[in-house]
Amino acid sequence: MSDRYLNLVNSPIGSAVASRVGLPQPAVLRRHRAGDPILPGPAVVGSASGKKAPAALVKALTAAGVEVVDSAEGSVAALILDARSVAAPADLAAVREFLQPGLRTLAASGRVLVLGTPADGVDATVDASRQALDGIVRSLAKELRRGATANLLWVQDEASLASALRFFLSGKSAYVDGQPVLLGTGTAPAPKNWDLPLAGKTALVTGAARGIGAAIAGTLARDGANVIVADLTQAGEALANVANRTGGTSLHLDVAADNAPQRLLDHLAAHTDGLDILVHNAGITRDKLLANMVPEQWDSVIAVNLASQLTINAALLASDQLSAAARVVCLSSTTGFAGNRGQTNYGATKAGVIGLVRASAAAFAVHGGSTINAVAPGFIDTEMTAKMPFATREVARRLSSLNQAGLPIDVAEAVAWLSSPGAGGVNGQTLRVCGQNLVGA
Amino acid sequence: MSTRRAAIVGGNRIPFARSNGAYAHASNQDMLTATLDGLVARFGLQDERLGEVAAGAVLKHSRDFNLTREAVLGSTLSHDTPAYDVQQACGTGLETVILTANKIALGQIDSAVAAGVDTTSDAPIAVGEDLRQILLDVNRAKSVQGRLKALARLRPNHVVPTIPVNSEPRTGKSMGEHQAITTHEWGISREAQDELAAASHRNLAAAYDRGFFDDLITPYLGLARDNNLRPDTSVAKLAKLGPAFGKALGDEATMTAGNSTPLTDGASAVLLSTDEWAAEHNLPVLAHFVDGETGAVDYVHGDVKEDGLLMAPVYAMPRLLARNGLTFADFDFIEIHEAFAGTVLATLAAWEDADFCKRRLGLDKPLGSIDRAKLNVNGSSLAAGHPFAATGGRIVASLATMLNDSGSGRGLISICAAGGQGVVAILEK
Repeated sequence: MSDRYLNLVNSPIGSAVASRVGLPQPAVLRRHRAGDPILPGPAVVGSASGKKAPAALVKALTAAGVEVVDSAEGSVAALILDARSVAAPADLAAVREFLQPGLRTLAASGRVLVLGTPADGVDATVDASRQALDGIVRSLAKELRRGATANLLWVQDEASLASALRFFLSGKSAYVDGQPVLLGTGTAPAPKNWDLPLAGKTALVTGAARGIGAAIAGTLARDGANVIVADLTQAGEALANVANRTGGTSLHLDVAADNAPQRLLDHLAAHTDGLDILVHNAGITRDKLLANMVPEQWDSVIAVNLASQLTINAALLASDQLSAAARVVCLSSTTGFAGNRGQTNYGATKAGVIGLVRASAAAFAVHGGSTINAVAPGFIDTEMTAKMPFATREVARRLSSLNQAGLPIDVAEAVAWLSSPGAGGVNGQTLRVCGQNLVGA
Repeated sequence: MSTRRAAIVGGNRIPFARSNGAYAHASNQDMLTATLDGLVARFGLQDERLGEVAAGAVLKHSRDFNLTREAVLGSTLSHDTPAYDVQQACGTGLETVILTANKIALGQIDSAVAAGVDTTSDAPIAVGEDLRQILLDVNRAKSVQGRLKALARLRPNHVVPTIPVNSEPRTGKSMGEHQAITTHEWGISREAQDELAAASHRNLAAAYDRGFFDDLITPYLGLARDNNLRPDTSVAKLAKLGPAFGKALGDEATMTAGNSTPLTDGASAVLLSTDEWAAEHNLPVLAHFVDGETGAVDYVHGDVKEDGLLMAPVYAMPRLLARNGLTFADFDFIEIHEAFAGTVLATLAAWEDADFCKRRLGLDKPLGSIDRAKLNVNGSSLAAGHPFAATGGRIVASLATMLNDSGSGRGLISICAAGGQGVVAILEK
């Protein structure tokens, strides 16, 4: 559904009024469209070490079509700082010095991207200084205006840097804000065609009949994947439409049914050459205060949102149907971090998924360099949230640094990135797509 | 000239809905298009140019002269896919399978969809014959005077429209009334009919519950299961119903609303191809079409017992079996369309009747009994409903799935049709 408030404050009169009376002014976010460059303008690239930005970083950016400049002359689309050398509190001043001049000229939907070295527990001074970057980025994200975002890449290994840069600088990360991601070791080959990173891949998306699942299916298909869209038989009519829009195939599958893993394996064996991408998107809510919750409300949410992911993953890993270098992406939620009144059951599953991907990473890594990650959406405009009471929805929409709800496509873009070959160094992590939701972010 | 085997790749249907219910405002074209789109989605046929789509409807608006082609144009199939309409009453759906399978076997096409659709809710209504003649005369008249003269023949009773009825033009009797005579002549008991009806509901409900239809159905307009299905029905409940047909038989009337199929709306489609086409498209083959046979009886002038309106499959079956060197014992699943429970039971009785089989079928011994454990094991029309032209596709796709699930075997199909016709066919895995 359309965000009327967002449209209003982006009109000339609405904008003037909102600014005078101090109302939140959400910006229209830059979202990726086919053919868009990674960035609409130049990026200032610097280093906290006092030297020039490393050549490898500049080369990766240039290869992605980014115009790299040394200092801000006029409007810039991104500020990219290599702060991997930070090792003492005094080094942090260089971060401030680099960012300060550029912030004033940062374009609408601009990007601040900081590269850091992850803490390793060896030296307290070093780790404290490195960890400080997280606080800088999260705070800066809250300070930025006009749809600009700030994110942090913990670079342990540069294998995934090229694809991470493309994701975080482009409109694909429009609603990812104030988030750190660890780029670890792993095989992350560059695709033949960056516009079709999933070409030749077979993907399966559960809960794909509508909302976020349908958007994920469409985005994976856009990136070149052959998509199997799965959902309950009851959702079959909408599911068929999604399949036909995305050029995929539909599969009626109740992920919580006892025979779901076997049915899935049989389908893969009969119809595919193996599964490359699995998106565990199927999820339900049965909201009730814990004091009033009946067992069915508890059990069904646990079964669909969490237990099904565990059993299907186990069955796939034990089968010959999961390709090498496979990608699994599980849907979590910011509720899994922050909790939500009336959602003890849902919160259990969404926090559970965070634990699931963390604990499963090693098993997937040894499966030919596969990965498993989670995406945790914040407040996303869907059919489900459209049913919320008006006032509750309007308040929820504004409770993020970007002052607006995300769209299903924002979640889908994050899923597509984590599903891509180039993200092979990202494993066991949960990426929030929440516009830096102010609750529990 | 060598022939190829036609493969049944799969099927799709929308749940069947009782007349004037869930699909009251859906047209044949709406339902057929949705069914094709569900098939396209299941098998990834978006923008695929198929050899042809053959489909039909029994009750059809005159504007739907190109119903199937219009449905293809409205679907996500390639619009370069040719299509044509077929009409053989309730045999339509199975006849489209035979037609397309034959073309595949002959090498004329590599892939096809065979389908059927019917609505008794969105039925065509025509003006009465008298009014039609007057209106045509008005149109033909060249002067105002001529037109007024024709219009002067209008009478108040002309406003009553002609609504299509489920009756035979040559006898004026409804299908149910015809079958009531046949049922009575063959001495089929009320209990046997109610037992068959209860089994149909029980079997269909069980099939749904174990997910048998997950790969066969795409919900439509909020309906995810056939809404004629009564999982909790029983012989005892069915026994309470009063007769609906053959009331002239008095105490001997046995056919009720419970052991007869209701008027139903729905559509079904079957995807057929060569083995090579299926392999190229990464689609497994469920079963192969082996052979089909059509028969007809002179229900107008023939014997009141042996040439009943819905008895034609009785005559077609021995010809089909003989041509293929098979007997009933060679089949693992037998699907006899349940137009009425009495139809199925009279058909079985005829095949077990030595005298009948000798005189009318030219056989030395009875064609044989059918093991009831193999009959309509996942329910049939009494439970699912019977949108006339859609029944054949329902049975073919379901039977092919059963054969695939059991890994191997043969299946036999028998469908009776209005006009004293019947279509029978063999599938094998």
